[in-house]
Amino acid sequence: MSENTAAPAKPKGKKRLELDPRLAAYKGIWVFVEMERGQVHQMSWELLGEGRKLADILDVELGAVILGGSSDELGAAARNAFTYGADVAYIVADPILTDYRNEPYTKAMTDLVNRYQPEILLLGATTLGRDLAGSVATTLLTGLTADCTELAIDPDNRGLLATRPTFGGSLLCTIQTLNYRPQMATIRPRVMAMPDAMPERSGRVISENLQMQEDDIIAKVLEFIPDEAQEQAQLAYADIIVAGGRGMGKAENFRLIWDLAAVLGAEVGGSRPVTHAGWLPADRQVGQSGKTVRPKLYIAAGISGAIQHRVGMEASDVIIAINNDPNAPIFDFATYAIVGDAVQILPVLTDAFRSRLAVNRRAG
Amino acid sequence: MHIVVCIKQVPDSAQIRVHPVTNTIMRQGVPAIINPFDVFAIEEALRLKDRFGGRVTVLTMGPPQAEDALRKAIAYGADDVILLTDRAFAGADTLATSFALAQTIRKIGEEHPVDLVFTGKQTIDGDTAQVGPGIAKRLGLQLLTYVSAIDALDLEERSITVQRRSEGGVQVIRTRLPALITMLEGSNQIRFAGMDDMFRSARFDVPKWNKERAGIEDVSKIGLKGSPTVVSKIFTPKPRAVKAQMIGADLDASGTANAILDIISSQHPRLAQELGLITP
Repeated sequence: MSENTAAPAKPKGKKRLELDPRLAAYKGIWVFVEMERGQVHQMSWELLGEGRKLADILDVELGAVILGGSSDELGAAARNAFTYGADVAYIVADPILTDYRNEPYTKAMTDLVNRYQPEILLLGATTLGRDLAGSVATTLLTGLTADCTELAIDPDNRGLLATRPTFGGSLLCTIQTLNYRPQMATIRPRVMAMPDAMPERSGRVISENLQMQEDDIIAKVLEFIPDEAQEQAQLAYADIIVAGGRGMGKAENFRLIWDLAAVLGAEVGGSRPVTHAGWLPADRQVGQSGKTVRPKLYIAAGISGAIQHRVGMEASDVIIAINNDPNAPIFDFATYAIVGDAVQILPVLTDAFRSRLAVNRRAG
Repeated sequence: MHIVVCIKQVPDSAQIRVHPVTNTIMRQGVPAIINPFDVFAIEEALRLKDRFGGRVTVLTMGPPQAEDALRKAIAYGADDVILLTDRAFAGADTLATSFALAQTIRKIGEEHPVDLVFTGKQTIDGDTAQVGPGIAKRLGLQLLTYVSAIDALDLEERSITVQRRSEGGVQVIRTRLPALITMLEGSNQIRFAGMDDMFRSARFDVPKWNKERAGIEDVSKIGLKGSPTVVSKIFTPKPRAVKAQMIGADLDASGTANAILDIISSQHPRLAQELGLITP
C-alpha cells in the first residue's frame, strides 16, 4: 500500500462504505504463526482457531504465515497449522530468519502482504508479535489495533471489529480500520480458546524467498539465553498460581509466596506495583500490562484487585483472595475471601497444604 | 551523545473510575502521572548520560497540562524538554502519533543529532506498545524492544549491545546507532530528584511546539485524519455477579487455612484431586 492511498474522508456514525477498489482486492484472513527457535507459540494455535471462525463468516481462506530458518521446521509447523484450521500456509525459510530480528521479519511479512493482499492480519500480542506488528503496520501505513481480547465481523461492511481493554481495563472499546488494508490486530495470549486439532485437515503450501542478504541487516544476535536456564515463568499457561501484591509489605516477604508455590507446584505471579518495585521479575506480572492467566486455582495474597490486575486473572476457575482490607475490590470477584494479614496467613496455609498433601501421598 | 526520551502523561489507572451512566472515564480527582513504564526509560537515559556524557531531551505529545510531566523530567535531571501540543494532534491513533513524534525528533535532530531514542515498553492507558516501533520505522532507527539491560555502548564504533526479552528467553543483540530502545520495567530504579534539579525544574520555561514548529505540514497524517483506526464503540466490562464467600471470619489463622482446604475438597473435587488434597 503506497502512501498516497492515505487520508480518505471518515464518515460519522454508521460506516457503510464502499471500499476503494484497490483495497477491495484484499481477500482472506492471515494469522502469523510465531516460531521461536523451532517452537511454535501456543498462542498461534489459539489465534488460528479464532481466525477460522472469522474466515467462515467472511467465506474466505485462512492463511498461516510461517517464517523461520529451517524449511523442515516450517513444514512441520504448516502441517500443524492445517490441523488447527489453516487452508494455506505462506512460508519463508531462510537462515537469516533463524533468530527473530525486526528488520528481516518485517521485510518478509510486508513482502508477503503486498504480494498476496490479505484483508485481515492477526498476530499474537507477545513481545515478538508486538515488535513485528508495529513495524509492519507503520511500513504498510495501515491501521493496527493492539492487544485485543475479542474479534468479530461487522455484518454491515465485512470489516473487522477489534475489541480491546483501555485505561487499564476500566473500559472496553471496539475499533475498526475503515479505508485501509490489511486490517491488523494483535491478540492477547490466553483469551481465545485453544481449538481442537483436526488431524485429517491439510492445505496448500506457498513458499517465497526472503529478498534480503545477511549483509543488509545491521542487527546481529550474539547469544540467546533460553528461559529454562533461568527458571523463566510459564505463567500464562500455569494451572496453579500464587500471586502477591503490595500487601506483602516488603520484598523479603515474597519468600512466603514462593514457599506456598513450591508446595503446590505452582507458578508465582504479582501485581504491577510489585514488579515495578523489583520484588518480582517483570515477566511475572499478571494484569492488563502483564500476562493474562486462566489457572484452575489463583491465590492472591495482599493484592487489592485494581482493575488493571483483575482483567488479567478474573478468568481463573477458583480465586482465593487474602487481604486485610475487608473492602478491597478483589473480594468483589474472588471465589473465596480471607480477611487478614497475608504475611501471617500464608505460612499457616502452606503448612496446612503440606501436611494434607503428605497424608494423601502416603495414602496414595 | 544526544538521547531523546519519549514519555506520556497518563491518568493513574489504579485510581480511575468509570461513570456508571455515561460510560466515560471520570478524570476529576485522578492524578496525572508520568506513565510508569516511561520512568525506566528516563532513568536508563540518565545513566547513559552519567557514563558517557551528552544531553538528554525529554519529549511528550499531549495537552498543555502535560507540562507537569516534563517538569518532573527536568527534576530527575533531563537537560531539555519539549511539549508537542496542538489541537490538530487530537484523536491520533498509534500510526498518527508515531508520525508526529518521529517528525518532531527529526526536527530536534537538526540542531543536535539524535543517537538514541528511549520509550517505555507501553503506556498504562493505551497499553499498545506500538508507538515505539512506529517511530523507529519512520526514522529508520534500529529497533530494540523490551530491553532489560544495556551491555555495551561504543560511541566511536557507534555500536550498542543490549539484552532484550523475547518469548523464549533473552536475546543478546548488537546493532548500530542511531537506535530506538523500549525499556522493560524493573530494569532500573529511578533516582531521587536532586535539590538543584528541583529548583531548576520549578523555574524551567517548558518549550511548547505546535505542528508548524515541529515541521509538520501535511495535516492529513496527524490527529484523527491521520488515523486509520476509528473507535466505533466504548463500553464497560460486565462485572462478575457473585461476591466472594467469606472464609474463617471467626477462626484463627490455622482454622482459616483448614477451612479453605475443606471447602476446596468438598466444592471443587477435581481441583482438590489435582492438587493432591483428596485421593480419587
